[in-house]
Amino acid sequence: MSTVAKTPQEIHTAGTYDVYKIRKDFPILNQNVHGKPLVYLDNAATTQKPLAVIDAIEQYYRHDNSNIHRGVHTLSERATADYEKVRETARKFLNAADTKEIIFVRGTTEAINMVAQTYGRKNVGSGDEVLITALEHHSNIVPWQLLCEEKGAKLRVAPINDSGELLLEEFEKLLTPKTKLVAVAHLSNALGTINPVREIIRMAHARNIPVLVDGAQAVARMQVDVQALDCDFYALSSHKLYGPTGIGVLYGKTKLLEAMPPWQGGGDMIASVTFEKTIYNRLPYKFEAGTPNIADTIGFGAALEYVNRLGLDEIERHEADLLAYATKSVEAIPGIRIIGTAKEKAGVLSFVMDDIHPHDIGTILDSEGVAVRTGHHCAQPVMQRFDIPATARASFGLYNTREEIDVLVAAIHKVQKVMG
Amino acid sequence: MSELRELYQEVILEHSKKPRNFHALEPASHKAEGYNPLCGDHFTVYVNVKDGAISDIGFQGSGCAISKASASMMTQTLKGKTTEEAENVFTRFHDLVTGHAPGNGEDLGKLAVFAGVSEYPLRVKCATLAWHALRAALRGDQDAISTE
Repeated sequence: MSTVAKTPQEIHTAGTYDVYKIRKDFPILNQNVHGKPLVYLDNAATTQKPLAVIDAIEQYYRHDNSNIHRGVHTLSERATADYEKVRETARKFLNAADTKEIIFVRGTTEAINMVAQTYGRKNVGSGDEVLITALEHHSNIVPWQLLCEEKGAKLRVAPINDSGELLLEEFEKLLTPKTKLVAVAHLSNALGTINPVREIIRMAHARNIPVLVDGAQAVARMQVDVQALDCDFYALSSHKLYGPTGIGVLYGKTKLLEAMPPWQGGGDMIASVTFEKTIYNRLPYKFEAGTPNIADTIGFGAALEYVNRLGLDEIERHEADLLAYATKSVEAIPGIRIIGTAKEKAGVLSFVMDDIHPHDIGTILDSEGVAVRTGHHCAQPVMQRFDIPATARASFGLYNTREEIDVLVAAIHKVQKVMG
Repeated sequence: MSELRELYQEVILEHSKKPRNFHALEPASHKAEGYNPLCGDHFTVYVNVKDGAISDIGFQGSGCAISKASASMMTQTLKGKTTEEAENVFTRFHDLVTGHAPGNGEDLGKLAVFAGVSEYPLRVKCATLAWHALRAALRGDQDAISTE
């Protein structure tokens, strides 16, 4: 036993979750920006990648690169096995009932567009309605607007209160016989609000309305069980979950996926082709036309395994501590207003400062090595709801520390000094 | 800190807090909107042109310190100039903030304080937003211009 007195931070992380050790898994964190150690607080935009992910992608290209599902040679077999193994890892991660319910897509945006263009086009007609909430990301607004425009349907929006919480009674009132689909974020990227998705799904299902959950922000921050939620679709991106860009998952219930027409046509999604008639492949391949993003899927698998090793419960606890600490520290600074104060909240701290535009905040924080996002966060309707043009947003990841939040706070003081 | 001070010079901060000609013109012979969807900066520039010269100019809207100060100083600089001269100043100002001005803005008078912007490529759009709107107004473009 060491006799050296521990700092409060060391005591804080003295359990199994050793954030200082974890940081060593992320080579990118070890660098200076403008001569200051990088403090990366833009994890809601994208997360950094552990060595395990970088190595998996390199290993694939060095040793296993081959097309999948077609060759009989050794490399193709190896690549196919590795690729399909990730489907099982993802199934387990979401606790889906079957691997055929895991469709690989480019990311959350593509997943939502796919549902809009297949399930939506088949089931939403003239005069029907699609219901979303006021805190959605553009990627869970625009695909539905495109669909509604095409079909002569109407997009309805359930309101939020001044804390950024969904008004559940108002939401329920908007569920009518015209509602053909509900699409909601699990966790708001701009406000950090955790939507009551379980309640939302229960209310919608009581009226036989299917529900799509946009899980882009939630999956890296909490355990998701699609069977316990009973959602009909769940969309996520690998790159917000410590994996590579360009790969994500659409989870769908078998019954719904089977009834849906294919989206894109091409190789891999067919069972047989003649000029007279094409028989589509079975699930999940029906929705995976063309050679997929094999390398990044394998990288994604490594990311899921990495997160599993740390444990989402532990990550959730760590980030909850960071958010509480950051909220307390930042709201104590005079002239700051936090945007998004929901009781159920995770991962994201959006704020504005008196008379100082978020863009200026972002530039000055960057000069201190602190990376935050400034702008409307692809959620312009949320900005309009709070009557602000933009916010500065710090968003946390599994490798952030309390000391980094202290750096953020000192940098905010510098913003006030520079802008006078 | 020195680079930051280059960007956020006293003159710029002062103009961003107390913008000049910060009002609409009713009526205006020319008018256009400038919008940066990336950060939400949004200005409307109003101009009255008489005998080929800018007799009055004003702006309204909201944005960061750089965009607001730039709009404010633009109105000060261009009042009384011919539209041809205004186009010419636009070009030289653009060269200055993108780091392509040979004399570092000596010929631009007070506007030379924006030379520091060239160190921040992401902020060039802020510095030029009102200028793009002005040019659209003078050319009679009806749609809101966007710097994205």
